[in-house]
Amino acid sequence: MPEERIVLRHCDTIDPEDIETYLARGGFKALEKATGAMSPTQVVEEVKGSGLRGRGGAGFPAGVKWELCAGTPAAQRFVICNADEGEVGTFKDRYILERDPFSLIEGIAIAGYAIEARQAFIYLRAEYHHLLGPLSKAIAGIRERGLLRRPDGSELDIQVREGAGAYVCGEETALMESIEGKRGEARYRPPFPPTRGLWGQPTIINNVETLMNIPAIVLNGGGWFSQIGTERSKGTKVFSISGDVRQPGVFELVMGSPLQELLELAAASDTKMVQIGGAAGRVLPGDQIDTPLSFETVLGAGSVIAFDTTRDAVAVVLRNAEFFAEESCGLCSPCREGTLAMVEILTRLSRGEGTDRDLAALEELGRVMMATALCGLGQAAPNCVLDTLQHFRPDYESKIKHLAARG
Amino acid sequence: MAEYQGNRDVLALLKEAQEKPGYLAAELLQQIARDCRIPVGHLYGVATFYGFLDTRPVGRNVIRICQSVPCYLKEVDAVAKAIEDELGIKPGEITGDGRFSLHRVNCLGACDHAPAMMVNGRVHVDLTPSSVIDILGEYR
Repeated sequence: MPEERIVLRHCDTIDPEDIETYLARGGFKALEKATGAMSPTQVVEEVKGSGLRGRGGAGFPAGVKWELCAGTPAAQRFVICNADEGEVGTFKDRYILERDPFSLIEGIAIAGYAIEARQAFIYLRAEYHHLLGPLSKAIAGIRERGLLRRPDGSELDIQVREGAGAYVCGEETALMESIEGKRGEARYRPPFPPTRGLWGQPTIINNVETLMNIPAIVLNGGGWFSQIGTERSKGTKVFSISGDVRQPGVFELVMGSPLQELLELAAASDTKMVQIGGAAGRVLPGDQIDTPLSFETVLGAGSVIAFDTTRDAVAVVLRNAEFFAEESCGLCSPCREGTLAMVEILTRLSRGEGTDRDLAALEELGRVMMATALCGLGQAAPNCVLDTLQHFRPDYESKIKHLAARG
Repeated sequence: MAEYQGNRDVLALLKEAQEKPGYLAAELLQQIARDCRIPVGHLYGVATFYGFLDTRPVGRNVIRICQSVPCYLKEVDAVAKAIEDELGIKPGEITGDGRFSLHRVNCLGACDHAPAMMVNGRVHVDLTPSSVIDILGEYR
């Protein structure tokens, strides 16, 4: 399947500092159509019909989220754009924000109309501080032109909130805590944000890429979108690929495209394994690169890191484990203690001081964390450990003294 | 809802407050708490949670080197070592003249141009052990 541009359709064809170039290419026609010719309910129905699922990794149907939110009676509703992409190896949202802030703002404005919100927030990670100015300027320019004003006279206010360096704030409930000015600790769910979110009000939180799809869906119809991709993964996916490749970068492929195609676009060679979905993602061995990329198989937020045959699985996994131990918010014990225990065992292994019991301990610990951690961070932290134990067990066994001697 | 009506961007408030002194000392947090009528314990909790808020002194220029996997694959450890040797400090330390402090951080989202580091608010990419020394020269 070829590269297909829906999300990135305006990237590198418009000037991100000049709204005229966006308008000249049909910019804000989708918002005009939504607010002029459609009711909020019709917009929600169109998004539902498209089959669009959340691009931040969890894959929840966007239209269902919007419907839940719109259907919850409230004095105020909020739209949040999650631009806190902290997943290791993910940089697609940065790429998008650098090149086309306008489509994102148009998507947010349509979402705001659909759920009848008057306030939206873009939560931008602190590491993307260089984008704060340009993004704020783009919003101001759009507001000045009156493009955020609706036929009934109300206007959507869009504020950019900058994070302060916490991976867990990409998790939706931690992100809301952070916007409320608190420590970014995840909340217990339910209630889910569409019924009880920011300041207790119904809230939709969508990833940058999810919202980038909205203008095209409104213009061309949900039916058009649902023709693209696989049965349960509609549309395209934007991937960030890095690691042992000659051309790292951002590529947009139709859902269901084989991993191999992406590896070829990035000029990967001698691939031993590929981590898909970042530190929290799954690891596929090099002989499984014909795997299609979709929600049915592996996807995450679209981070793809390639490792060539010179790499040692344990060294890579230790880096990931250290990452989780640091970024665990500390609220629940399976994650707080489990991530530290993983670092301890993996450190011992990487020094060649492993024992027989270490591999079984890693497996048991991983299973317990997956089953009992409070949020996605702790539940996903063991993924790469368990996957590499399955596919690259010799890398581990070579670090256990008597096994190494025998081998 | 009442909370939202009177809502202030606490993270922005703290970032602005730490800009000049470089960090949020206990006295400063107490001052902000009084001025903004926010419990000081809340502010301290927030200040200690986030990586870009500091409750202990840092250098005039804060170096954050990425330690995540994509940068690791592109030899970021050699870049970090070059900085440590040049400045004579380890991660978590400040140079004697207060000019720099060094920190290891997680993914900066610049993996297509790994290895990367952030100095103050600016990201530097495609680093090598020699280019990084030139870059540090830009910061006084």
